Amino acid sequence: MKTELGELEELYQDVILDHSRRPRNFGELPDAAVRVHGDNPACGDEIHLAVKFNGDGGLQDIKFTGHGCAISQASASLMTTKLKGKNRAEVEEMVCAFHDLVTTDKNDVPKTLGDLRVMSGVRKFPQRVKCAMLPWRAVEQALRQIEGEITVSTEEPDFG
Amino acid sequence: MHKAAKSDVDWLALREEFPILRERVNGHPLIYFDSAASSQKPRAVLDVVRHYYEHENANVHRGLHALSARATEHYERSRQRVADFVGAKSVDEIVFTRGTTESINLVAQAWGGKFLRPGDVILLTEMEHHSNLVSWQLLAERIGARIHYVPVRDDGALELEKLSSLITPEVKMFAFTHVSNSLGTINPVAELCQKAREVGATTLIDAAQSIGHMPLNVDELGCDFLAFSGHKMCAPTGIGVLYGRSEILEAMPPWHGGGEMITSVTLEKSSFKKPPHRFEAGTPNIAGAIGLAAAIDYLEGIGRAEIFQHDVDLAGYALKEMKELPGLRVIGTAKAHAGVISFVIDAAHPHDLTTFADRYGLAMRGGHHCNQPLMRRFGVTGTSRASFYLYSTREEIHSMIDILHKAIRFFK
Repeated sequence: MKTELGELEELYQDVILDHSRRPRNFGELPDAAVRVHGDNPACGDEIHLAVKFNGDGGLQDIKFTGHGCAISQASASLMTTKLKGKNRAEVEEMVCAFHDLVTTDKNDVPKTLGDLRVMSGVRKFPQRVKCAMLPWRAVEQALRQIEGEITVSTEEPDFG
Repeated sequence: MHKAAKSDVDWLALREEFPILRERVNGHPLIYFDSAASSQKPRAVLDVVRHYYEHENANVHRGLHALSARATEHYERSRQRVADFVGAKSVDEIVFTRGTTESINLVAQAWGGKFLRPGDVILLTEMEHHSNLVSWQLLAERIGARIHYVPVRDDGALELEKLSSLITPEVKMFAFTHVSNSLGTINPVAELCQKAREVGATTLIDAAQSIGHMPLNVDELGCDFLAFSGHKMCAPTGIGVLYGRSEILEAMPPWHGGGEMITSVTLEKSSFKKPPHRFEAGTPNIAGAIGLAAAIDYLEGIGRAEIFQHDVDLAGYALKEMKELPGLRVIGTAKAHAGVISFVIDAAHPHDLTTFADRYGLAMRGGHHCNQPLMRRFGVTGTSRASFYLYSTREEIHSMIDILHKAIRFFK
């Protein structure tokens, strides 16, 4: 059996703590095409995602604000660094791969996830999957939405 | 007056009566500091529920057979036990519900629906649990009533100075909690009831956090309604109580329709039983009611004054020790304080802290505690909460302090 510190250290790796303390792409995006407010009503965490698309519908720029636990903040920070400049298909693929990463025991994690693989510790903490997925559900909604403003919640039936 | 607390309770030995306390969590002995969310159950309660299902189980108030008679007799005897426990004048003042939330909704729907008029004021406090807040918002919206709030001071006590301007003749209902589930504040409920009476307002006390922890008597408090849950006072989940003064319950219409609550039914019209049965449509939680009576026997065997003293001693000890922790802030420091402590630490979000603590077997609650407006009032989205009960010990608090030290180092 792993010691409690082992699993905790896997969950809260240095990269994650660093991103939660100094989130990248944190701030406003005044000329955003779409804004998605992601709420986790169970804990009050909020991620406000702002996205600007390029001519092909890819993510030209992406920023976020909000507050929450280390997992949701780091997930948002890592996600924005990863997704900036990606086209729609790549983003959709990444959302699925990340979901698998934090919810399954799969060992063959796609290499494309890169840094995001540090989030795999979440799989040992099922109650924290919603925290990790919050920004990803928001970006998924942003792709569907294309423009305007909308709120997504972790308490919606298909979330998780 | 209540008898003074005895000092001869063997608190450590009493832990043996709670089988679940032997559980290990993540390789550590369980430290259960989440009793404000739900208490653990002593063997006395578990045995009674099991005995009921093995020897008495049948539906109540309708069978002519022996088991139904046993079940009915035990169910109604439990109602009497509850009536004695809260100091009701009559057993008919005790309505069994699913819990505090359902009790409050019953009052809002049945009493509020009949007696409140557009423009009337429902007075609440800023520290109400969502159950004593959302129920009234739904009602207010339906009938056009207004809701006003008694504000909360920085230390977590109510701003009682504001009461005289808030309690006006327009106030028809004043509903408030006895003990705050997140701040631990004990409110001066008898005084609040008295002030409400002066303007003719009806009162409801949310006793979810107090009833199993301290002596309480509805006659001394002078309330019209009292709502509480079984599961926070050593009884099973799914059983709760609404106490209502006889005259008021009798004037209230039913709220749920169904079997058990009628005297006769035609295709055109029905007539209804007297309280409390008028408010208990359908098959009730018989085993739950019986378990609740067993929990009352158990708690009274120890003494509620003793339990209160035990809680307060533990909270005082914990608060003193927590002062030594760097970057820790306690939310709710009112002098009148129960065994509930909310806090935040600079180094970590409450959820991260709660996850960390769980790895060491420490069960706390992290989040908004169904108190979102109150959290906003204190400028936080949530807190970590440690709540104590009769089976909690100083040694466990010592371990908690140790784990909090570890967490602060870990997240720093």
